[in-house]
Amino acid sequence: MIRLRDISKTYGGGPPALGPVNLAIEDRELAVLVGPSGCGKSTMLSLVNRLIEPSAGRIEIDGVDMALCDPVQLRRHIGFVFQDIGLFPHLTVAENIEITPGLLGWRRTDIDSRVLDLLKLVRLDPSHYAGRLPHELSGGEQQRVGIARALAARPKIMLMDEPFGALDPLVRDELGSEYRSIHDQLGITTILVTHDMTEAMLLADRIVVMRSGEIVQNGTPQALLDRPADSFVQSMIDTPRRRANQLAQMFGEAP
Amino acid sequence: MSGNAFAAALALLPDYLGQHVVLSASAVLLGSAISLPLAIAASRSRRLGGPVLAIASIVQTIPGLALLALFYPLLLVASNVTVALLGWRIPALGFLPALLALTLYSMLPILRNTVAGLSGIDPAVKTAARAVGMTSRQSLTMVELPLAAPVIMAGIRISAVWVIGTATLSTPVGQTSLGNYIFTGLQTENWAFVLFGCVAAASLALVVDRLLAIAETGFSRRSRKRLIAALGGILIVIAASLYPLVTMDVAEVTIGAKNFEEQYTLSALLADRLHKAGFRTARRADLGSTVVFRALASGEIDTYVDYSGTIWANEMHRTDSPGRKPVLMQVAQWLRTTRGITALGSLGFENAYVLSMRSDRAKTLGIRTLADLAVYAPNLTIGGDYEFFSRPEWKSMVNSYGLNFARQRTYQPTFMYRAVRDGDVDVIAAFSTDGRIAQYDLRLLADPKSALPPYDAMLLVSGKRAGDVRFLAALKPLIGKINLSAMQQANLMVDRDKRTPEEAAHWLAGRIVR
Ligand SMILES: Nc1ncnc2c1ncn2[C@@H]1O[C@H](COP(=O)(O)OP(=O)(O)OP(=O)(O)O)[C@@H](O)[C@H]1O
Ligand SMILES: [Mg+2]
Repeated sequence: MIRLRDISKTYGGGPPALGPVNLAIEDRELAVLVGPSGCGKSTMLSLVNRLIEPSAGRIEIDGVDMALCDPVQLRRHIGFVFQDIGLFPHLTVAENIEITPGLLGWRRTDIDSRVLDLLKLVRLDPSHYAGRLPHELSGGEQQRVGIARALAARPKIMLMDEPFGALDPLVRDELGSEYRSIHDQLGITTILVTHDMTEAMLLADRIVVMRSGEIVQNGTPQALLDRPADSFVQSMIDTPRRRANQLAQMFGEAP
Repeated sequence: MSGNAFAAALALLPDYLGQHVVLSASAVLLGSAISLPLAIAASRSRRLGGPVLAIASIVQTIPGLALLALFYPLLLVASNVTVALLGWRIPALGFLPALLALTLYSMLPILRNTVAGLSGIDPAVKTAARAVGMTSRQSLTMVELPLAAPVIMAGIRISAVWVIGTATLSTPVGQTSLGNYIFTGLQTENWAFVLFGCVAAASLALVVDRLLAIAETGFSRRSRKRLIAALGGILIVIAASLYPLVTMDVAEVTIGAKNFEEQYTLSALLADRLHKAGFRTARRADLGSTVVFRALASGEIDTYVDYSGTIWANEMHRTDSPGRKPVLMQVAQWLRTTRGITALGSLGFENAYVLSMRSDRAKTLGIRTLADLAVYAPNLTIGGDYEFFSRPEWKSMVNSYGLNFARQRTYQPTFMYRAVRDGDVDVIAAFSTDGRIAQYDLRLLADPKSALPPYDAMLLVSGKRAGDVRFLAALKPLIGKINLSAMQQANLMVDRDKRTPEEAAHWLAGRIVR
């Protein structure tokens, strides 16, 4: 279980970018963070694997205070997918993916077969892609390599910041549901950030709605649909339905 | 370029090129070994980064020759300290000062490019390195340095080209380099030599620049083939230029020379005699008066020819002039008791500083002596070599006769004679053995008050050779055997006829046997 206790983060001297917030995410849960731009979603993810340190409060994983762990070891066991991808430009696709297993000292043969499996998983043909450099890939292809890299060392926790943002809708849906099944099979605990409310509804066990550094509502998709906390949440969940209605009007009456 | 001069230049190439490459490569390697860690530390701490780059920039503004010249006295002081404390002497001349100065010189481009390369890396990539679980050292070696490598390599490349060029200036501190062609050629007006030296240094710089450019693209395009090719090329250049040095005999004795023709010729003569006596010899030319004297006193060179008056005025700080014999004797005694140097005796001629004018001009003005000159001096310009105006002899001359010139100019000796011939200066401080006095029809002005001491050419031997019978036996036959006209003719062969100092030495040797 991942538990945030009175966590807050202030950058420089400004107002707090996050919190104080409290949040608990159960094991094997897929939690989705939604909220307007700048509301503190990326900040929250970075706090969990200690890329940044909280200004106050603490984070516990399975009851252990993260501040007491070696951050390097911690990060090797948490998969992280960046909003801006962050592939190593001087390393090939395969070399990018095998970074963390390499740091953990996996055997070469294990690493090689793992890279092949992951490339297939993210729908990239290994014979075409393994030896390419990141700048030789499209934005969507880069994003898929980023997901494969995060999954490589079989982490039990995944933090994913807009992981499907640069993908076309077909691949996006396909990879989304593919990820959901991996998540279930391997018993991963995931925190995923998205701007796409439909995606959130379809993937999430739990949706956490945020606004200006605070959690507005935290519950199952069903709970949000049934009892939105306020008009802000209401309008967010309405977005998919509103769009569906607009489409229906464009194409005439639904059959 | 005449075939003769070209052949002479080519024969010296293995030695000069080899030493040049060893010096430059050592300086760039040492410079990189210091600069890389320093730049990495600087790029991680703002407090260190600013000062480090500022200091390196200041070093860069010091002219290369000045930086080289600075290390000689520094090492001399350090040497005195180590002798006192450890009984062990740091060589202040030759490779060490040249290496240290060039290392300092090599650092700025490497520092600057490494800092720029590291700080130019996309912060998202650095965050990703942390997020996948790298320690900060792993992030540095696996991500940041590889990404900065092309920029760092470009810095090393700039540095190598600078160092190869600046290394030509290490000749005056006693380190042989391709600069020997340039310094010697300038002195003997052997333009073929100067040109040869320039072309050799430029070609070396060009080849190294190309090879390092291949390494640079090797890094940026991740091409192992290019990296191997570049590394192989560099190793071949180093090995090829090192080979003659390794197979060459290590010198047992070193013969020094100051920076003018007569000294080149005499050192060639000494080297030839010692070689025939079975010694493996090396020569170090183009040393300043004080530098060569110190080197003999410390045993870094074994022998050279100096002039009695130079030691009398500059080392013993005497201003009187009791005559040739007494000066010779007192200098010899002073050298033995205070510096442990043996003076084998006078070669048989005097090479004095003499103020000289074009004969026609002297005649019109009616100037025969320094006293006559003093009257006209306020309207005249005087030229001297680089040392002359800072030597005590000049002050003594000024004081004795009340000389007060309108202007004074310093020249490389060759250009000084031309300047007086062409009327650019009215008076020069000529060397009395110089063949150009006769060639350009110069009048030597008399010194009735004996403001200047006599300048007998003395053959000096360092303390550590004082008991070496074979060594002394090889040199002693030269004592008293070279008269003024022989030396003047030998100098004229080099100055006017463009013969090499070795040829002039050979000619002198022939006269001694007869
Ligand atoms: N390194 C930083 N220094 C200063 N302020 C920052 C820094 N990173 C984020 N912020 C600020 O903190 C707030 C939250 O940023 P955060 O990146 O967490 O937003 P977000 O919810 O991920 O937004 P988006 O959906 O646009 O990615 C913003 O106001 C942002 O300007
Ligand atoms: Mg964000």
